Amino acid sequence: MSTAADIGIWGVPLAIIGGAIRVSTPFLFVSLGECLTERSGRINLGLEGTLVFGAMSGYAVAYGTGSPWLGVLAAAMAGVLFGLFHGWICKFKGVNDIAIGIALMLLGMGLAFFFGKPYIQPVAPDLPAIPLGWWSDIPQVQAALQVNALFLIGAVLAVALHWMFKNTRVGLAIRVAGDSTDAARAIGLNPDTVRLLSTAAGGALAGVGGAYLSLYYPGSWNEGISSGQGLMAVALVIFARWNPINCFWAALLFGGAGALGPALQSVGVTSGYYLFFAAPYVLTLALLIITSSPDKAMEGAPGALSITK
Amino acid sequence: MSDTTATQTPPMGALLARWLPRAEALLIPLAALLCGLAVFSLFLLTLGKSPIDFYALIYKAGFSTAFSWQNTLSRVAPLLFAGLCVALPARLGLVVIGGEGAIVLGGLAAAVLGLAVVGAPPVIGFVVMAAGAALMGGLWIGAVGWLRFKRGVNETIASLLMAYIAIALMNHLVEGLFRDPQSLNKPSTAPLPEALRVGDMPIGIDVHWGFAFGVLACVISWVLMDRTTIGFAARIAGDNVRAAQVQGLPVGKLIIGFTALGGACAGLAGFFEVSAIHGSANGSLISGYGYTGILVAFLARHNPLAIIPVATLLAGFEASSGLIQRRMDLPDATILVMEGIVFVVLLLSETLYGRLAIFNPTFWEKKA
Repeated sequence: MSTAADIGIWGVPLAIIGGAIRVSTPFLFVSLGECLTERSGRINLGLEGTLVFGAMSGYAVAYGTGSPWLGVLAAAMAGVLFGLFHGWICKFKGVNDIAIGIALMLLGMGLAFFFGKPYIQPVAPDLPAIPLGWWSDIPQVQAALQVNALFLIGAVLAVALHWMFKNTRVGLAIRVAGDSTDAARAIGLNPDTVRLLSTAAGGALAGVGGAYLSLYYPGSWNEGISSGQGLMAVALVIFARWNPINCFWAALLFGGAGALGPALQSVGVTSGYYLFFAAPYVLTLALLIITSSPDKAMEGAPGALSITK
Repeated sequence: MSDTTATQTPPMGALLARWLPRAEALLIPLAALLCGLAVFSLFLLTLGKSPIDFYALIYKAGFSTAFSWQNTLSRVAPLLFAGLCVALPARLGLVVIGGEGAIVLGGLAAAVLGLAVVGAPPVIGFVVMAAGAALMGGLWIGAVGWLRFKRGVNETIASLLMAYIAIALMNHLVEGLFRDPQSLNKPSTAPLPEALRVGDMPIGIDVHWGFAFGVLACVISWVLMDRTTIGFAARIAGDNVRAAQVQGLPVGKLIIGFTALGGACAGLAGFFEVSAIHGSANGSLISGYGYTGILVAFLARHNPLAIIPVATLLAGFEASSGLIQRRMDLPDATILVMEGIVFVVLLLSETLYGRLAIFNPTFWEKKA
């Protein structure tokens, strides 16, 4: 580690960039999932529970089969189930989607802890990383650019979702259902079905985000695996104005904030560790305050979304 | 004949109109609770565990003997306060779920203030600690209400983010500024002197005074919400903000006031946890009571009086967790799964209100 001293203070921004890429991936997947769900007119606050359950089921399946990618698949399937459940319950009259989200958050975490007990000790195979820093001789650069395939998939997915919303029939159906229940009915769409499927797909993405946590970074399963990423993602979507590409940049920003503490710690700054740990929450809250408005509906917000009313 | 029915029908109709909504508000959540427990029984059966054993253990550990009641009742106090932290803002249609943050910071405030007034008469010490905890919690959750009113910030997300921030703040201060150098393994504030520890009530079992004050807080909240014009105004504002503003109701003051009051309750939970249970502020304050409080409030349908039995029931569930782990070889998250299932079924039952014929006066009038 002689080179560590050579680049001195530059190690901090480098560690933040590398950390931002590592930490942002779960934010990216959950926020894309939430973005998809909210564009259809529902809010799923339960994605935190889906994330934790995805982390557990992904880890368990990866351990059982020896394949981390099967784990990711299992986490996505679990997310689909949670999404379908949320979407199905919200169909009933008088049922509040925000409250159901809170309940499913608690249930998802409860189930994950319940079934996850035997998997706290064993070691499951990790997802592979792609060394994009091969061109550099500096170990810190190489370490920072160890990029997981899921991050790249997430980036492509953000662009693909953006394109889908703009240019495809499916995207149009989701947007119409999100803007007005009546308009969706008028053009022969069943808004409940559109929302059910969007919530299910959103759940799958949140599950994958959870699998990334347990299978890559931090790369183990325990009950403290998530520190509210699923919930922060909901705020992140508001900040990103329901635009998938903005979700990508917002996720990177949040990842950078989350990487601040560990990056400073790596160069010897240890005081205020807990305060740096709180940086992503403070950032989320600050952005939420700046981007919210007391009287007018938020720009870019789906019209049928309960959270913006 | 027609004369008698004519004189009897109005009181009969009035009686039905008065009692049927109450029956509906009581029976539907009760049925939902039983359905939720039935679903959880199926969950246990698929795992090859006996639901009968499970519920028998809950009864044994939570509600059978003086010792088990002591176990249960000592957990009720924080749930009463945490439930109020959800139920009071809910009167205005706000879903505040970050009570945990106010509990943690309220507890820290109580511990720090208690150390600052050592030597003063205990009565003054208790008042300062409790007031400081309530003020801290009130400011914390009141800020959520203020952000909601002033900036339109979603209170659900904001309160939860602030709970994470509160926990980080508590950890930071307990490890730094307020740390007792004697606390080696578990960073804590210095222990409170015996004089500033809330004791047990003189009822024969070891249950601290937090229970009585929690019940009192529920009764006061009920009076405030159901028997005062402020509570009535809050309900109007919760139903329709625009209408309330048109009528000149101070919507902003109501929102900030009710959230701050809820936060003050959660802060008091922190005060009792520190003063009666832990003796100092440390990581043990982060115990999840704030989150169980959400379920308490929803099960009670945000009625402060109903919070008392609901909190007692859930406290009994949680008190039995240890025995269930040992006897049935189930993980400690079992209670969490049960609570999650009950919560989901309960919310699902919201769809039944106004749709069941037996709760409609015309159903009974036709029969009569």
